Formats: sequence, structure tokens, C-alpha cells
Amino acid sequence: MNSTTSSQIAKSSTRGDSVGVLSLRIFLRETRMECLRLLRAPSFSVPTITFPALFYVLFGIVLGPPHSDAMLARHTLALFIIFGTLAPGLFGLGVTLAMDRDRGLLQLKRALPMPPGAYLGAKIAMAMVFSGVVSLLLLLIGLTVAHVMLDVYQCVKLFGLAVFGVWPFCGMGLLLGTAVKGAAAPALLNLVYLPMSFLSGLLIPLHALPKVFTYLAPALPPYHLSRLAFSIVDETGSASVLHAVVPLLMAVILFVIVCLRLQKLR
Amino acid sequence: MHATHSLVATLEKVRKRYGATTALDGVDLQIESGKILALLGPNGAGKSTAISVLLGLVDPDGGRAQLFGQSPHRLAARRRIGVMLQSATLPETLRVGELVELTATYYPDPKPLAETARIAGIGSLLKSPCGALSGGQLRRVQFALAICGNPELLFLDEPTTGLDIEAREALWRSVRDLVQEGSAVLLTTHYIEEAEALADRVVVLMGGRVLTQGSVDELRAQNLKRQIRCISRVDAEEVRTWPGVSAATRRDRWLEIEAPAAEIIVKRLFAADAELTELEVQRAGLSQAFVKLTQESQA
Repeated sequence: MNSTTSSQIAKSSTRGDSVGVLSLRIFLRETRMECLRLLRAPSFSVPTITFPALFYVLFGIVLGPPHSDAMLARHTLALFIIFGTLAPGLFGLGVTLAMDRDRGLLQLKRALPMPPGAYLGAKIAMAMVFSGVVSLLLLLIGLTVAHVMLDVYQCVKLFGLAVFGVWPFCGMGLLLGTAVKGAAAPALLNLVYLPMSFLSGLLIPLHALPKVFTYLAPALPPYHLSRLAFSIVDETGSASVLHAVVPLLMAVILFVIVCLRLQKLR
Repeated sequence: MHATHSLVATLEKVRKRYGATTALDGVDLQIESGKILALLGPNGAGKSTAISVLLGLVDPDGGRAQLFGQSPHRLAARRRIGVMLQSATLPETLRVGELVELTATYYPDPKPLAETARIAGIGSLLKSPCGALSGGQLRRVQFALAICGNPELLFLDEPTTGLDIEAREALWRSVRDLVQEGSAVLLTTHYIEEAEALADRVVVLMGGRVLTQGSVDELRAQNLKRQIRCISRVDAEEVRTWPGVSAATRRDRWLEIEAPAAEIIVKRLFAADAELTELEVQRAGLSQAFVKLTQESQA
């Protein structure tokens, strides 16, 4: 632009120096707002936080394994912690992205000077926070009500697995969020959430299902995450590195597809 | 803020097609600092696409868009703009104050929250959840989000839709104040009187092309007709035969005449009916000029 003064361009470059600090501040504020936004939405926060705990109390403790079977009790808690990671990623990201697209909020955010990645990054961070909270609640119930025997190190590792294990579900939620309307998103996400929970052996042991499902389960991230969780709670247990690589790879592939789709939707 | 009016944003021969539809066909646009540019045009004229290209939301098929001499995709350029889009709704569970503070963090030198709230008239709404706002309140909050970053260029897309007259005039005052401080404004509106009240320059888009542009007065001058209204018993059909009369119609007791030169017609009216009353002579407004221009273009 010929008439643009050089001082104007210089001004913008000077402002560009603080982009790193500004970006971090924006990301943290955006994450806080995303957490508040969903915490204040009872239709999301109540089922996401309390349902895994209620299911655990009902099916894992009251109707669950006998207290004498310590190993089974630890496995049950581990499974419900993984179950608790599904909803924050799927519903927290899928529904809000679909709604933001529908209602023009995503368009506005793109027009505003928000650093690239802050929008999706904040949503993923929100899901990690919610998943962490759910896992803490489950650990608290498991340790106090069900008297599950875990040391601090195991608890920290389970918490870490819950926080980072949410990533593939974030990818799935985002992918659906780029494809469906806001009003349709919850119903469609339920079609993923519940079958995936059953078919990966989180709510029903795989050996209780027809044999074909044992072959299908490794295609689903919860299967691998539950194997990692078992390796944490089993004192002598160890898990193949594949159980960590597969969900991570799935998450990365899904994030790349989501970014490409969002670029295309512009 | 700015001693001289420099270009802050431009479209240069921008072309954009959506399938078989040409949204923009070689559009040139210049936005100067300290000036308000109104973009007018009927639905489908290409206004929204022009704004989307300038904001970097849509990439043009040809030509070039620049904000402060840079691509609109550059964060450094967008950190100098404020945006009020027509369609954007806000997260229902977040409070107004939280949202304004969040948006202000996107900018290196934002206005204090209290100042933004004062200018946008949302002081009493800061603790309200966005989901509890009326349509007019929502527009004011969106205006607050647009100005909170101290922008040098403000995009206002239908800013006063849903506002009552008092709130609309308050927003106009705020826009004028921002322009006085040196900000540039790109305004799209369906209210011609809004463009008439605010704009320094008007660009009329039609079918993806710039139909005409100029100051409000220059556009008005393209429609030189005067409108004469009075209560008179003179026959409209007779008036239509008078030299210099473009049109004459009767609506009940009212006689309405269009003529480029009103004085001669008024003199003749008094000669024909000395008892005529309620005489009004009006110059064509921007609205009539706009209608004339777009009708001529479609003909």
C-alpha cells in the first residue's frame, strides 16, 4: 500500500515483539473463560463431572466386585477413570465448536486478533481440566468409600493419564463439531460416546461380549488407555508402548484433520 | 492521533466467486484514517464478502487486500482493528465484563474496562450473563468488544440493528468520538439515514462491482430532483404537462410533484391556486439517490 506510512508498519513490528507473552496471557484467559463457560452450563457440567462418579458408586462399588478382591477393585477404579475422560473431550469440544460455528462466534474470533491455536488450545485445556477434576473425584471415592489400595505415585500417574488421555476424545469431538450443526451435535456425540464406552470394554468386560469385539476394541482409544491404567494399578504390571502411541497418534491425526477442515470451512 | 489521513486498509481489484455466483468483481476500496466509509448496496451486492476479505476470513480469487500495509492474515495487522459482526452471538453463560476483558487481552494496548463500558453504554450490564441480554443490549456489548482494543480501524456491520432511537444516537456519538480521535470506520448498514448521518464517503456496491462512490453530497447531487408537496386543488394531470415537471401524483388532498428546479414550479402553483397550504420542498436524500442509482443499474 503506497500511502501507508513507514511509521505505521514500524509501529506494528514494535508491537509484534511482545507476541509471545501476549499469546500466553490470551491462552490462559481463554482457557479460564472456556472452563467457566462450561462449568456454568449445567447440561454439560453436571453429567460430565457426576455421572462417572455415580456410575462408579453404583456399578463399581455397590454392585461391583467383592471388597476382598483388591486387584479387581483397582481395575474397576482405573476403568471408570478412563470412562470419565470421554465426556469432557467429546461433548465439551464437539458441542461448543458446532455451536460456535452455527452462531458466528468462531467467525468473530477469527476476525479478532486471537493468536492461531488459542481457540482450539483453550478448548483442549478445558477438557484436560474437567477430566482431571473427574479423575480426582473418582480417586477420592475409590480411596475412601471403596478402600482401593493405591499409593500416591499410582494416584498421580492415574491423574496424569486422565488429564492427557482426553486428547483423542478432544480430536473426535472437534471433528464432529466441524461436521454437524450445534443442535444435532449432542445426539450424534451420544452415538459415539455410549457405543465406544461399551465396545472398548470400559463398562462391560470384553470377555463378556461376542468375540468379534475383542478384535474391534484395539481400534478405539479407551481400550489402550484402560491398558495403560491397568499397568499403573497393577504392582507388577507393564504396558506395551503401543498403548501410549496409538491414542497419541489418533489424537494427532484427528487434530490435523480438524485444522484442515476448519481451514476449508473458511 | 493522526495529523494526516493515510490509507489504513485497501482492496485492490479484488475478485471472489462462490460457484457460479460472482460476489466481487474487481472491487477497489480505500479506507482512510479518521474517516468513516459507508458501504451500501442491496442484499447480495457483495458487502459482506468485501468485509470478509478485508478481515482475512475469506481469501480473494484475485486482487489484493491489505490492512495497514500487511496481509489481513497477519496478527500484527489485526491487532489494530476492532470488529462488530452482524451475525455473531456471544457465549450465553459468560458475563459481559468477563467477555470484554477477555477480548481486551487480544490487544497490546486496550482501553480500561470502565472506559469501554462508558463509551458503549454497558456499565450496568457488566455482571449480566450474555444469555440474559436483549437484542439491543447484545448489540451494545458487541460494540464494546469492537472498541475495547483501542482499534485504529473499526469494522461495523449493521451496528444499530435492534437498537432503539436513543441507543442508536448514543452509538453514533461514540463512533464520531472515535473518529475524532483518529480511528477509521468501515460501516455497512441498511439504514441509509445512518450512512447519511455518519459517513464521510459512501461506496455503493451492486452485483459485486462498485456502482458509484463519493461523499454523501456528491451522491445526493446525482439525484437532482426536488420533491414538492402541498394541499391544493390543482389537478395532478395538468401539473404533469407543465415544463420541468418529472412526475405529479395526488394522494387524497395532497399534491406531490417531482421536479429538478422547484422554484419555477412553486411560483406556477401559487399562480394556479393562491389558496394552497402546507407547502413543503425537499431535496432528495441519500435514500432517494441510492434507490435511483440501484434502479438505474438494474434497468
